[in-house]
Amino acid sequence: MNPRRKKRLTIVTSMIIGLGVVAGLVLYALSQNIDLFYKPSEIYNGKQDTGLKAINGQRLRIGGLVVPGSVNRNSESLKVSFKLADMRMPISFSETDATVTVSYDGILPDLFREGQGIVANGILVNGNIIEASEVLAKHDENYMPRELLDDAVEKPANSSYSKNLLETTY
Amino acid sequence: MQFDSFSAFIAMGGYGFYVWLSYGVSLMALALLVFSSLTNHKKIKQQIAQRQKRETKLRQAAELQNAQPRADISHKT
Amino acid sequence: MMWKWLHPYANPEISYHFAGKILPWCARLAFVFLAIGLTWALLFAPADYQQGDTFRIFYLHVPAAMLSMGIYLGMAIAALSSLVWQLRLADATAAAMAPIGATFTFIALITGAAWGKPMWGTWWIWDARLTSELILLFLYLGVIALHNAFEDKNLAGKAAGILALVGVINLPIIKYSVEWWNTLHQGATVSKLGQPSMTADMFWPFVVCFIGFAFFVTALICLRFRSEILNRNSMRPWVRELVATEEKVHAV
Repeated sequence: MNPRRKKRLTIVTSMIIGLGVVAGLVLYALSQNIDLFYKPSEIYNGKQDTGLKAINGQRLRIGGLVVPGSVNRNSESLKVSFKLADMRMPISFSETDATVTVSYDGILPDLFREGQGIVANGILVNGNIIEASEVLAKHDENYMPRELLDDAVEKPANSSYSKNLLETTY
Repeated sequence: MQFDSFSAFIAMGGYGFYVWLSYGVSLMALALLVFSSLTNHKKIKQQIAQRQKRETKLRQAAELQNAQPRADISHKT
Repeated sequence: MMWKWLHPYANPEISYHFAGKILPWCARLAFVFLAIGLTWALLFAPADYQQGDTFRIFYLHVPAAMLSMGIYLGMAIAALSSLVWQLRLADATAAAMAPIGATFTFIALITGAAWGKPMWGTWWIWDARLTSELILLFLYLGVIALHNAFEDKNLAGKAAGILALVGVINLPIIKYSVEWWNTLHQGATVSKLGQPSMTADMFWPFVVCFIGFAFFVTALICLRFRSEILNRNSMRPWVRELVATEEKVHAV
C-alpha cells in the first residue's frame, strides 16, 4: 500500500475509533437518563438507582398502571383524572401501593383502560399530582385472541384484573 | 377466515389506515430494494462490457497504426 | 483442515456461480413462504384481545426488526474476517449485506411507527429501544456511504468494516434496552427463553413469515454478492469471458 493511502486509512480508522469511544462514553454518562419515566413510588422515594427526586414544577414522564376504579371523567369536557400505581408482573394492585394522580385534558389512546400500563408526560405539582400534556399507552408483550380471554374470565383462578379489563373493554 | 366481507378486511376493525400503511410501505421498500439490486447487477455487467469494447477498439487502432511505423523501425536497427 | 475445505469457496469464480445456483431456489422458497405467511397473517390469524387488527403489523415488524439485527451481525462477522484474514469475498459479502439490512431497519421503524400511533398514541418516542434501532439505521447508512466513498474497494472495505465493527456494540443495547431501562416499548415476545408470549395460532404465521423473509434476504444477499464480485474482479479473464458470452446471447 502506498504511504498516502496508508495515512488516509489511519486517519479514517482513528476517527471512527474516536467516534466509537465518544459514543460509548456518552452512553455511559447518560445511562441514568435513558430511563424514559419515573415510577409512582419513585416520585416519593427518588429514582431507584440514583435517589434523585423530582421537584414540583419539574417536567417529567411517569409510567405505571391505571388503578381500577380511579378514573374520573368529566361529563362535559375531555378532562380526565386517574391514579397510577407501579407496574408489576403479573398485574396486581393493593391498598398500600404508592399512587400518583394524573390529570389530563385531551384524547386518550385507544388502549387506555383500567389496569393498563400508561406513560404520561407532564408537570409535577403538589408533590404527587401530574398535570399531563400527553398520555401514551404501554402494552405488554403478551398477545392473545379475544376468544381465549372469554375462557380465561370464566375461570375463577384468574386475577380480578382481566375481569376489570373486560368490563372496560365491552 | 377472520373477516366476514371484503370491506371488513379493508377496514381492519377501524385500523385499516395503519395496517395498510405498514404493509404498503414495507412492500414498496422491498420492491425498491429488489429493483435496485437487479439494475445494479445489470449496470455493472454493462460497464464491464463497454470497457471491453473500448479496449478492443483501442487495440485494433493501435495495431493499424503500428503496421506502418514498424517497417521504419526495422530499417533503422 | 477447515481452510482446505473452505478453500474452493474463497475463489471468486466458484462463489459467483455457487451464489447464482442457490439464488433462484431461495427466491422461490421466499415467494412461497411469504405468500402463505402473509395471507395467514392478514386473513386467518386471530386479532389480539386488546389491540385488535393492528396486531397484524406484528408479522412485518418483528421479522424485520429481528433480521435488521441478524443481518448486522452477519455483516460485522464478514467485516471482521475481511479485516483480519484479508478475505476479499468476506468484504464483498459485507458490502452486499449493508443495503439489505438498512431496508429492513427502515421497515422495522416505519411499521413500528404505524403501530405505535393507534396503540401507544404516538408515532415516535425517544425511548431506548426506538432510539437504538434508529442508530442502527444510521450505522447501516454510514457503512453504505463508506463503501461508496472510495474508488479503491480495498480501502473502502476497510473503512466500512471498522465502522461496522464499532457499531456491534449497538446490538446488545437494542436487544436488552427494554430490560435495562424503562421504555414505552414492551419486552420480547418471541425471542425470549422458553415459551413465546402468544398462542400457537398467532405464533405459527409469524414463523412462516420469518422463514419467508429469511429466504428473501438470502436471495438478495446472493444477488448483491454477485454484483460485488463482478465489480471487484472486472479485469479478471473469467469475468471478461462471462460478460462477453452473455453479451453475445443478448445480441442473438
